[in-house]
Amino acid sequence: MTTTDTHTHEDPMSTATPTRAPHSDAPTGHKPAEGRVGAGLFDAKQLVTSLPDAFRKLDPRVMVKSPVMFVVLIGSVLTTAFSFTDPGDWFGWTISAWLWLTVIFANLAEAVAEGRGKAQADTLRRAKTDTVARRLVGEREEQVPGTELTIGDLVVCEAGDIIPGDGDVVEGVASVDESAITGESAPVIRESGGDRSAVTGGTKVLSDRIVIKITTKPGETFIDRMINLVEGAARQKTPNEIALNILLASLTIVFLLACATLPAFADYAGTHLTMVVLVALLVCLIPTTIGALLSAIGIAGMDRLVQRNVLAMSGRAVEAAGDVSTLLLDKTGTITLGNRQAAEFVPVRGTTEDELADAAQLSSLADETPEGRSVVVLAKEKYGLRERPPVSHHHPSKEALRVSRPSELVGAEWVQFTAQTRMSGVDVDGRSIRKGAAGSVIAWVEERGGAIAEDTDAAVGRISKAGGTPLLVAVEDERGARVLGVIHLKDVVKEGMRERFTELRRMGIRTVMITGDNPLTAKAIADEAGVDDFLAEATPEDKMALIKREQAGGKLVAMTGDGTNDAPALAQADVGVAMNTGTSAAKEAGNMVDLDSNPTKLIEIVEIGKQLLITRGALTTFSIANDVAKYFAIIPALFAAVYPGLDKLNVMQLSSPDSAILSAVIFNALIIIALVPLALKGVQYRPVSADKMLRRNLTVYGLGGLIAPFLGIKLIDLLISLIPGIG
Amino acid sequence: MSPVLAGVLQLLALIAALALAYVPLGNYMARVYSSTTHWRVEKLIYKGIGANPDAEMRWPAYLRGVLAFSLIGVLFLYALQRLQGVLPGSLGFASIDPDQAFNTAVSFVTNTNWQSYYGEQAMGHVVQTAGLAVQNFVSAAVGMAVAVALVRGFARSRSRTGELGNFWTDLVRGVTRVLVPLAFVAAVVLAARGVIQNFSGIHEAGQFMGGSQQWNGGAVASQEAIKELGTNGGGYFNANSAHPFENPTPFTNLFEIFLILLIPFSLTRTFGVMVGSVKQGYAVLAAMATVWLGFTALMMWTEFAHHGPALELAGGATEGKEVRFGIGASSIFAVATTLTSTGAVDSLHSSFTGLGGGVTMLGMMLGEIAPGGVGSGLYGMLVMAVIAVFVAGLMVGRTPEYLGRKIGTREIKFAACYLLITPALVLTFTAAALALPTPGDSMTNSGAHGFSEILYAYTSAANNNGSAFAGLDADTQWFNTTLGIAMLLGRFLPMVFVLALAGSLAQQKPVPVTAGTLRTEKPLFSGLLVGNVLIVTGLTYFPALALGPLAEGLAA
Repeated sequence: MTTTDTHTHEDPMSTATPTRAPHSDAPTGHKPAEGRVGAGLFDAKQLVTSLPDAFRKLDPRVMVKSPVMFVVLIGSVLTTAFSFTDPGDWFGWTISAWLWLTVIFANLAEAVAEGRGKAQADTLRRAKTDTVARRLVGEREEQVPGTELTIGDLVVCEAGDIIPGDGDVVEGVASVDESAITGESAPVIRESGGDRSAVTGGTKVLSDRIVIKITTKPGETFIDRMINLVEGAARQKTPNEIALNILLASLTIVFLLACATLPAFADYAGTHLTMVVLVALLVCLIPTTIGALLSAIGIAGMDRLVQRNVLAMSGRAVEAAGDVSTLLLDKTGTITLGNRQAAEFVPVRGTTEDELADAAQLSSLADETPEGRSVVVLAKEKYGLRERPPVSHHHPSKEALRVSRPSELVGAEWVQFTAQTRMSGVDVDGRSIRKGAAGSVIAWVEERGGAIAEDTDAAVGRISKAGGTPLLVAVEDERGARVLGVIHLKDVVKEGMRERFTELRRMGIRTVMITGDNPLTAKAIADEAGVDDFLAEATPEDKMALIKREQAGGKLVAMTGDGTNDAPALAQADVGVAMNTGTSAAKEAGNMVDLDSNPTKLIEIVEIGKQLLITRGALTTFSIANDVAKYFAIIPALFAAVYPGLDKLNVMQLSSPDSAILSAVIFNALIIIALVPLALKGVQYRPVSADKMLRRNLTVYGLGGLIAPFLGIKLIDLLISLIPGIG
Repeated sequence: MSPVLAGVLQLLALIAALALAYVPLGNYMARVYSSTTHWRVEKLIYKGIGANPDAEMRWPAYLRGVLAFSLIGVLFLYALQRLQGVLPGSLGFASIDPDQAFNTAVSFVTNTNWQSYYGEQAMGHVVQTAGLAVQNFVSAAVGMAVAVALVRGFARSRSRTGELGNFWTDLVRGVTRVLVPLAFVAAVVLAARGVIQNFSGIHEAGQFMGGSQQWNGGAVASQEAIKELGTNGGGYFNANSAHPFENPTPFTNLFEIFLILLIPFSLTRTFGVMVGSVKQGYAVLAAMATVWLGFTALMMWTEFAHHGPALELAGGATEGKEVRFGIGASSIFAVATTLTSTGAVDSLHSSFTGLGGGVTMLGMMLGEIAPGGVGSGLYGMLVMAVIAVFVAGLMVGRTPEYLGRKIGTREIKFAACYLLITPALVLTFTAAALALPTPGDSMTNSGAHGFSEILYAYTSAANNNGSAFAGLDADTQWFNTTLGIAMLLGRFLPMVFVLALAGSLAQQKPVPVTAGTLRTEKPLFSGLLVGNVLIVTGLTYFPALALGPLAEGLAA
């Protein structure tokens, strides 16, 4: 897409080819349709409905995947067995019960996280009804079940048919309802060739007839993968999660050693520790909080993406998103609105601004391109010129009657833009107005022996230099042909983008704008949008080279893309988000698919990746910091009888040794349930520097983790001491 | 001047001296380990041992060098002790028993210098000078070499080959360019201030109250210098730095503390220079200094504030402390020696208050990283930094990275293994010693204090400290053997993981620093590192400490 002359490819007067339904290229800001998974709010009812799953997960073969909770499970079995030897000991039974609850709570956290995905998977399954495909064999059609299709098969779909499998349209154009996957009810256009040829199995053809070449095997279709993803069946531990698990396992071993050696120390000191007490101590010390919530955090992180209609093909990609340090953003649609808009009217010498605005508006009334409409709007807003109905035989509205010169539109002859003339305009009341590319309009004026004001070139040059597109407006009337002035068309940067980029910079992420524009135009837009860098006249090769260059410097790169020629770059990028509207090649190459096809979402994806890691780190810190208070509860309870001095460590003044140990165990179990919403929602994330973020999270989860259990354990102890016969 | 004020002033003088030496010595050591030229004497050594000093080693080769060299050291030292009886210059001492010879050989090679023998009554000049003193130099140099290899793992940005330098070069330079020159100067200073330096035999002297006493001569000043400088701690005499021939005056006492802390603190500067950011060095230094000052303050407080009529009359817990040093200086010494892997003592740690004894033990339990042994302190603290970075790094929303290296699965695996070793050794051996019938016979005291004797012994051995709580008769087969094993595993298993970590880091492509990167050179990170050390390591030992020093210290 080398664009040395912007007009060849992005001619302002060209009419967009009407291949897309309005929604497919205007994806910003729409909400998913009803019936899909909500905004991720935690509902306490989920705890109850997920309970059966939590019990099913008690299977040791499942539990062993989480080393920390596996230890708790073994502990629960041991204390229960021990309680049978001394059935009259209420303490043993109570501790056992709470240890079992600890395990159940952990499983519950995971079950709730998974449950939210299941609801969505069910919706998807409904879409994946067994379809009958109309396979083409030569010229003949035959009916086969959708599950028998293999790669390379050609199938026909007509209005009302469910598309039987993933593929590319090789013939025809059709509108397709993709709401089963995207939740978006507005139909999209799918056509052969180009970047909008991919169709997804399970979606429905609404009109016309298309021939589809199947590109995936049955069972591996997009919808199958989606179901696996949202159900967590395909979930594999990510590198970072594995690393954290190793650290947690080693802490568990350390504390296991501390507890396993304690009976020998205690016997020497002259007191005997029961199995129940030892297990209770162990469970309190090992990082159960994070151990219990770790997998829920991971599932919920993926889920948060799904709720934003992004499908990550691997958890690894989500983590990588948090590490991204360079974002490649396409200019059009991501940084700027899709189309250029008129920003000002620059009259040449001898013409007034109003005169120019009036002519410009008049010439654009029939111009249905966004650029044309923007000229009318600018004239109306800035110069108070009313809109006029473009065609005279329209019923004149009240408003139209009040326009300045309604009569002039009668008998107007509209000149459409063509690639040859590169102009459009109107002939009315003996006036001919033309607007278009500078060269064409000047030629038109000169043909008619008109004069070109000497400051025309300067105005055109100034606008080009500023990154805009100059549109010349000329008129031929009784005074002859002459140039009136220039319309300044410019890219309009989306609202809030500058702030977004500032935030990203604070997070340490560099943004690079990718555009086919010439460097001059690109720089102007880059400056206005506040991106850190730009790549002008970008070819797919340039993009690829840029990604490789960034990666060579150790940076992680994220990008979005939809075209087949984006595929290599999408595959090379660490986070490649393919637009759902894109080709299947692009969707295969990327490691995420955005169902809304909204490139701005890349920023959100990065934030979700970061939030996932932050949540893990925060809860790990909290979990470890908790241990301090638990020691102060349990150690004096165990040994103050033999060494009375140790009662000084009983800073919480817990009512009795039994109550102290029990309170610590209960706190340990309840904190898991209390933190489930946080694990699912994720720790609050604000785009600030690493320093500020660390300070905040250390205060909340480190310091909070030190203090909270002192309060919690004391409170539980107070409640327990109220129970008669204990305390 | 009140004793408290005297103690504080000595501490301030010590800090000033360390601060003065920090930059020049740290920079010098960075140059030593980065230099490409060899001294003539070094070339001779390389030729002698058949090593190519310019060959780069990956971590397995580096580790093989460390282990092979140390194994030879153990065997040689063992043989020397076993043959003492037939060697000349042995002052007539007999050969050492196998278990004690094993224990001593391991002890000196592992930079522990635990002594289950009475130096002046067992080791002659040959073993002392050709055996023990040599290991005082080389075992320290091995520690520094491993630390430098880890630093190179962080520092080498271009190669990605996983090369960590050359063990033999690092070892030899550590001795010839750092330890020998510094020890020479230190020995001259010590000798000038009254530490003996001769090859005189045993003198018999009549005692004031009747009876007689034996006094040995020996090359004490030279050994004393490297004993402190190399954080070795093995005294020429059993009384160690409490002996007037080793440590005659308050000045020599303070000077010895200075020597103990000199290299470990300065190595953080070397680290900073080698990774290209002295600020990173300051951050590690700040964490070390915080713990060290905190422990010193705590120790002074518990020793000065001890209650009881006799103690209040004396101004604090003076039992077991030399009057020529006083409570303040003894507290500073005790903290310095247990927060490094030195283990030299100028007072009886057993006679410290219960809590004071706990401070010495906790200091060792933290892994001796503030500032730690020569080399081992730095690599220990860097491993803790890796763990701290991992948890904190997650909290800023990125895959954790330290000095541009990602802390991923492999790195965490090695760091976590490192973390496991010493607690496993200390707790398992202590529990075994208590559970078995015979080891308990070695205890002098019963109750919490007796427990502390054993806990202290294994803590000291596994962390390669070498100081003893006194009271424990460690010269039994059980203790000689198990403490020997604890020292051996406590020294070399961590080194395996440190070098593996270094190799893994050296293979990485560095990640550029952005605003989203955790700033590890900021005070916040130093604070986090301290918290991490105290909570992660400290909590492991809390139950054990509760039954020993805490039970004793809180009883009053």
